[in-house]
Amino acid sequence: MSIGKSATPLGKVRGLGSAGQVGGHWIEERFISVALVLLSLWLIFSLAMLPSLDRDTLVEWLRAPAGAVPMTLFVIASFKHGLDGLKVVVDDYVHTEGNRIATHYVLAMAAIAGAALSLFALAKIAFGAA
Amino acid sequence: MLVSILHRVTGGALTVAGLALLAWWLLAIAGGAESYARFATVATHPLGLVVMIGLTWAFWQHFFSGLRHLFLDMGAGYELKVNKLFSVLTIAAALFATAATWFFFVGVNR
Repeated sequence: MSIGKSATPLGKVRGLGSAGQVGGHWIEERFISVALVLLSLWLIFSLAMLPSLDRDTLVEWLRAPAGAVPMTLFVIASFKHGLDGLKVVVDDYVHTEGNRIATHYVLAMAAIAGAALSLFALAKIAFGAA
Repeated sequence: MLVSILHRVTGGALTVAGLALLAWWLLAIAGGAESYARFATVATHPLGLVVMIGLTWAFWQHFFSGLRHLFLDMGAGYELKVNKLFSVLTIAAALFATAATWFFFVGVNR
């Protein structure tokens, strides 16, 4: 059952499937993309507005909630978005099912490791241990 | 076609090089003055600057072609002329935004 009366291809598949969530992953990818539009603009403009890019200035910036919270969201969203994107590329070029899934696993582990290291660094800075 | 390929290539570069740099940058800040100095030495080296400027362009290209894809996902913009116009616009906007970003970083704010 599709939600609403939309005649677009998206509208037709939204809500389909036995669990009612075919297209859910696709929607989630777009949701994160839109979040990154905002978060990446925030990051670029924040860096541009900082009086300096020396360490003391950056630490002060990332200790305040206005710096630490969006940066945390940016780290999570960008690693997730990068992983989603690389998986699509792998799907297009790796045609052996076993290799495809194995490559997805390796990419996921790398993305999770990178995100975890970044979040640890952020926490260390934000909670005053850096 | 070109813009679609650029979207992939820039996305791949941003993920592999960009996110590695992001993690290193945050770890360097967290690690103390010495570790940040090491990062800054590499980042401000001429080759480091080439990478940073390249990633800035990759970001803006991916940003604008990504916006284009979000509109295409809504089922809009498939007419040949409109589609071509927006493809060309993503390239122009990305080059302009890259120049503006570095003009601001180097010229205005420092």
